[in-house]
Amino acid sequence: MTRRRIRGAVALPALGVLGAVLFWGLSGLPPFGNYHGIYGFLINHRALPQRHTTNAVTATVFDYRGFDTMGEEFILFAAVTGVVLLLRKTGEEGEDEPPEEEVRSDALRLFGMFAVAGGALVALWLIAYGLVTPGGGFQGGVALASAFALLFLAAGYGPWARRAKDAALDPLESLGASGYVIIGLAALISGLPFLTNLLGPGKPGTLWSGGSLSFINWAVAMEVAAANVILYKDFLEQYIAPLARGRG
Amino acid sequence: MNFLAYGVAGWICLVGFYGAIVSKNLIHLALCLTVIQSSTYILLLSIGYEKHGGAPIFKGVKLGTTAVDPVVQSLTLTDIVISVTVIALILALALDAHKKAGTIDPDQLADFHG
Amino acid sequence: MLVATLVPLQASILGLVALAATAVALCRNTLRQILLSGVYGLLLVLLFVVLQAPDVALSMLVVTTVAYPLIVLVAIARTRAGGVDGSDGDDDA
Repeated sequence: MTRRRIRGAVALPALGVLGAVLFWGLSGLPPFGNYHGIYGFLINHRALPQRHTTNAVTATVFDYRGFDTMGEEFILFAAVTGVVLLLRKTGEEGEDEPPEEEVRSDALRLFGMFAVAGGALVALWLIAYGLVTPGGGFQGGVALASAFALLFLAAGYGPWARRAKDAALDPLESLGASGYVIIGLAALISGLPFLTNLLGPGKPGTLWSGGSLSFINWAVAMEVAAANVILYKDFLEQYIAPLARGRG
Repeated sequence: MNFLAYGVAGWICLVGFYGAIVSKNLIHLALCLTVIQSSTYILLLSIGYEKHGGAPIFKGVKLGTTAVDPVVQSLTLTDIVISVTVIALILALALDAHKKAGTIDPDQLADFHG
Repeated sequence: MLVATLVPLQASILGLVALAATAVALCRNTLRQILLSGVYGLLLVLLFVVLQAPDVALSMLVVTTVAYPLIVLVAIARTRAGGVDGSDGDDDA
């Protein structure tokens, strides 16, 4: 308790100094609304003619700055590996049967029936049309994982555990992460720089646009969805384990 | 008045830092980290804003209309999705500490050995 | 001459976001904090839409409504002092 109070008392002047320097630095920025960068204007004008994608943000994430996105994907991969190492049950905690805790409310089961399917469809639409309207691999991947998590909410732990299996999720996640690198290497093999857009640009405003950009989009969506489901699964096992033990 | 967006981002960063420093609970600490991260998102998006600009989506919109910067938006959206897994890693560490030491108070964990 | 470009809508949402962030960071009870964090996330979604960033708003929306509450609530449930079925609070000022 006293240690915390000393920390709080020391923190306030330190944060005051940090705040002063921060606000002094922020006041040197161009005023709000007067954007000075050239790169943004260039991409806004060139994304549609060059890559035939109407969504300039997705074109930036997966094509113009595709190498950065590969690095961020590996942050995701490493973090999920860390969580799995910490939380996944090894042999000693036993291979229990999932406890039979049922969802007793009919309204919830009915909601789940529509919500899981509807959510999955919306998520797939977000991923597929990410090149045309707001969306993309990252948003759609998390939405797909959330639709899958609704299965636990609406149907109970048993149906969730039977469908979210390690043997299926781990290869999917690895496939997504390696798919990105393989698409980049495919360009390298044909003599162009890494991650060059190989296939033709396609027709703007449709599903077939952007070339290898759309394949990278799907690889990232697969990886983000699988990584998030693995996270939910490991956390939910932690939640269920004491309940299972309590029932013998 | 033009400084309000940057000022709010700076204030949120400072208040998040204070919450993290005087935290009594590792889960509270993780949520304060999300507050600090969100302050950087607000700052990035405010830097990229162009007056009377629309979203950088050009379906049905004539090419050449004023739009805000897409580069900072790309940085922000990948960061939001990845911060979920990083916070999950921190929470997994907190759960592990609770299993070994029985507490998630950072001060008591600092005295724990073994 | 520089025109004031901050619209009243943006100014009011920025003010609400600052208030909500202060509430989230200074809240002691973790259960209350995760609910406040959900509200803060929705306010941020509004802010991102008003700043003309629909992709960022979409990702914040899916993350803050399902992903964060699920993992934080499981962590809270597992680290309660009395166990999962215990009813005593974990921490309070």
